[in-house]
Parts: sequence; structure tokens; C-alpha cells
Amino acid sequence: MAERRHLLDIDDLDRDGIERMLDMARSFAEVLRRPIKKVPSLRGKTVANLFYEPSTRTRLSFELAAKRLSADVLNFTASASSVEKGESLKDTALTLEAMGVDAVVVRHPVAGAPWLLRRWTEATILNAGDGMHAHPTQALLDLFTMRERLGDLEGRTVAFVGDVLHSRVARSGMKACRAVGMEVLAVGPPTLLPPAPVEGVEYVHDFEAALPRCDVIYMLRMQRERQQEGRVPSLEEYTRFYQLNAERMGRARPGALVMHPGPMNRGVEIAGEVADAPYAAVTAQVTAGVAVRMAALFTLLGGAEGGSEVA
Amino acid sequence: MAFRERVRVMDADDIRRAVQRIAHEIVERNKGAADLVVVGIRTRGVPLSLRIAGAIGSIEGTEVPVGRLDITLYRDDLHTVSAPVVRETHLPGDIEGKNLVIVDDVLYTGRSVRAAMDALMDFGRPASIQLAVLVDRGHRELPIRADYVGKNIPTSREERVRVALTEVDGEEGVYIGKEVD
Repeated sequence: MAERRHLLDIDDLDRDGIERMLDMARSFAEVLRRPIKKVPSLRGKTVANLFYEPSTRTRLSFELAAKRLSADVLNFTASASSVEKGESLKDTALTLEAMGVDAVVVRHPVAGAPWLLRRWTEATILNAGDGMHAHPTQALLDLFTMRERLGDLEGRTVAFVGDVLHSRVARSGMKACRAVGMEVLAVGPPTLLPPAPVEGVEYVHDFEAALPRCDVIYMLRMQRERQQEGRVPSLEEYTRFYQLNAERMGRARPGALVMHPGPMNRGVEIAGEVADAPYAAVTAQVTAGVAVRMAALFTLLGGAEGGSEVA
Repeated sequence: MAFRERVRVMDADDIRRAVQRIAHEIVERNKGAADLVVVGIRTRGVPLSLRIAGAIGSIEGTEVPVGRLDITLYRDDLHTVSAPVVRETHLPGDIEGKNLVIVDDVLYTGRSVRAAMDALMDFGRPASIQLAVLVDRGHRELPIRADYVGKNIPTSREERVRVALTEVDGEEGVYIGKEVD
């Protein structure tokens, strides 16, 4: 049996692999601007979206990407499914396997779930976020957005600001940015940065001091439940030091790009006036999401089985 | 895979003359160059389409719009390709009501042309689609024939036809040979 290809984490791709994927996403972005935004490439393939965690944009984006490639899509959301009746991830995987699904897009609250899934099914697995661990397609769409706005990324500086510790977006994003030759800063209070240093990432606690260095300011969502964990004294205090507002943007490098994976807490980590400004690329990130996920599905499902292993 | 026992069947002059003749035939058939759009299939159809459009332009004293088409997403044999790469498609404006001329280097099974027609139909409804190829080597698997042919080259299925163009390959020529592992 030929080996299936998967996309589980961003470091499954080397720099060439990442750049090929971004180039391909550009062609798919062109498809999305056509009058008929659909191509027949994955006709006859079936993609299952297996979401054990609530998600709107990632699930919709994967669903749209698969449909734009003419694949059939099954949506499985945990709240409305047999999970409530106690069905395990393994049984679900076996069911999808029996139905002849070609690819499974999985979002799961437990880190490592996509790796487990790979053992139980022959289908191609795409990790759409596992616990605090990884979110590779988000990292790719973020790089795509940066490259479209800034051009060559080599030597540019990006700051991931806020709750880096709990963020799979930041974890995969920092690796991806490093892989393409960017300087990476992790900005936040010590309690919200990973305790062990991350290779190639500089820790900064003073947001305002970091701003003039950054080409990209990547704001992370402040999760309210973290406040109950006591990692920040209060949301108000966090906001005072780490919110990106118009005044702070005044200190940023001219032409700096503001990004956010969504959903945004307006008035907490990002001020509304910043979120809606032309230098904010939040909606561009959403558009890029469909093109990048089309590229990922096409790369993994489009070619001959047993081609070069992506994961 | 190596390309062996190759024989040159067209040289640079032959290719230039074929392009000129195709351009004249296109102008004659379409009674001029109005509403004409020339679309090259990647890779070698693109430089050929530019040459044909240039030749039509000098015959008619007008500029002929040129597009380039990547058909990877429309292929019906994707499962046989190990690492498909999608490249950019660009059409010069609306193709609704236009007379399109698809340009490719070699016409063989007809599957690329079918894919190209499917792709073009997704962009609009042209008045007509015509097909120009530098070489027709036979062995069609679909009911497709070219309107303009540079040269008919009867081949066996074991043989390969390679077109070399300066823009892509740094030299000019059409060769028949065999692929050897």
C-alpha cells in the first residue's frame, strides 16, 4: 500500500515545501477571483471535516476549499454527534474509513489527536488545530498574507503578541516564520510566554519597545479563561500594557502590518480603530485561508499515491 | 528519463514559417483580427501564442490580446502525476463573445485540449474556440481535431515528440525520439 501524505504540523514542510505551497495558493487565489470559482480537480474525492471543538472560520474555510475543488464534503461536529453517546475518536475514524473518506480534516482539544487518527485510517489527515499544539494551515495562510502584503519575507521581523503560551497559532506561526528566514519576537508578560525558550525566538516583555522593530505585529486572542488561571492580574491591566491601539501604532515601523487569527476581542488585545484600519490584514487572512487550504488539499490529494511524503 | 535516438524534424526556420502560415490562416478564417483572443496552454503553448499573436498583429496592423492558461486543475489524469504544480492562469479581459484560439505545441491524445476548453468555459461563453498546434502527432483518445496545424508528424505510441523553443529551452527545434530509463 502506498504511503498516504498528511499535513500534521508546519515542520512537516521544509522551506521549499512551504514556498511551493504559498506559490500554489496564489494560483488558487486567482481561481477564487473568477466568475466561476470552482475547478474539477478533486471530483470524486471525499473530505470529512471532523470538529471536536467549536470553530467557525477554520471549518467554513476548509469546507469551502474542498467544495471549490469539487470534492464531496462531510461535516461532523462533536456536539451533534455520537460523541455525546460516548463514541471514541477511534470508532469515528473507523466509521469514516468504512465510508471510503479520502481526507479527514480534524480539530481536537487534545494535542496529538491527528497523529492518533493517522494510525486508524488510511485517509490523508490535515490538522486543523490540536489543543495548544499546532495549526499548520493557519501558519501557512498567515505567511501567505504577509508575503502578499510585504513581498520577500527574508530578514523581516514579526512579533507574536499576547498569550503565546497557550496559542497553537503562535506555536506553528513562529516555526513557519523562522523557516522562511524571518526574525521572530514573542511579546507578552512572562506568565504568558512558554517557560522554556523557543529556538530562534527572542522574548520581549516591553511591547512599546518592540514596536519600532516590527514589520508584522501579530496579535493573539486573550482568552478570558486565562484570567481565571491567574496568569494576568486583570484584563484591564493586560489591556493597559499589551493592547494594540492607535497610540501604540504611532510607534510602529511605517508600513507595519497588523494581523490577528480571529475571533478578535475588540477593546481587549486590539482596539476597534486598529482592527478596522487599512494596515490591518484580518479579512485578507480569511480570504487567504480558503486559497491556502485549497493548495493543501490539492497537494495532498491531487497527485499520485505514494508520491513524495509531505508529512 | 533520457531522450534518445532523436531526429530533428523541424528547425528554427520551419517553426518560423509554420507560425507565419498559422497566423495567415487564422486571419483568413476569422476575416481579420477583431474579437480574436489567442490563448497559450502552459508551458510551450505560451511562447507560441505570443509569436502567433505577434504575426497576426503585423498582418492586420493591430494588437491581438494574448492569454495564458494552466490546465493542471482540469486534467482528468491527476492521479498519474506525483507532484502536480498549479501555475497562474491569466486571460486578457472578458472572453464573452470572443473568438478564442487555443495554442499548444503538440496535439496527441486531445486530453489537454479538452481540459483547456473546460477551463475557458469557466471564464465565460466565447463565440467560438479554435485550436492551433505546432505539431499533430496523431493517436487521439477524444474527438478533437486542430483547425491550424504547423506540421503533421505520424508517430508510433512508443515515440516521443519534443518541441524546443528559445524562450523555454534556449534553442529551436522539433525532435522525435524515445524515452529511455
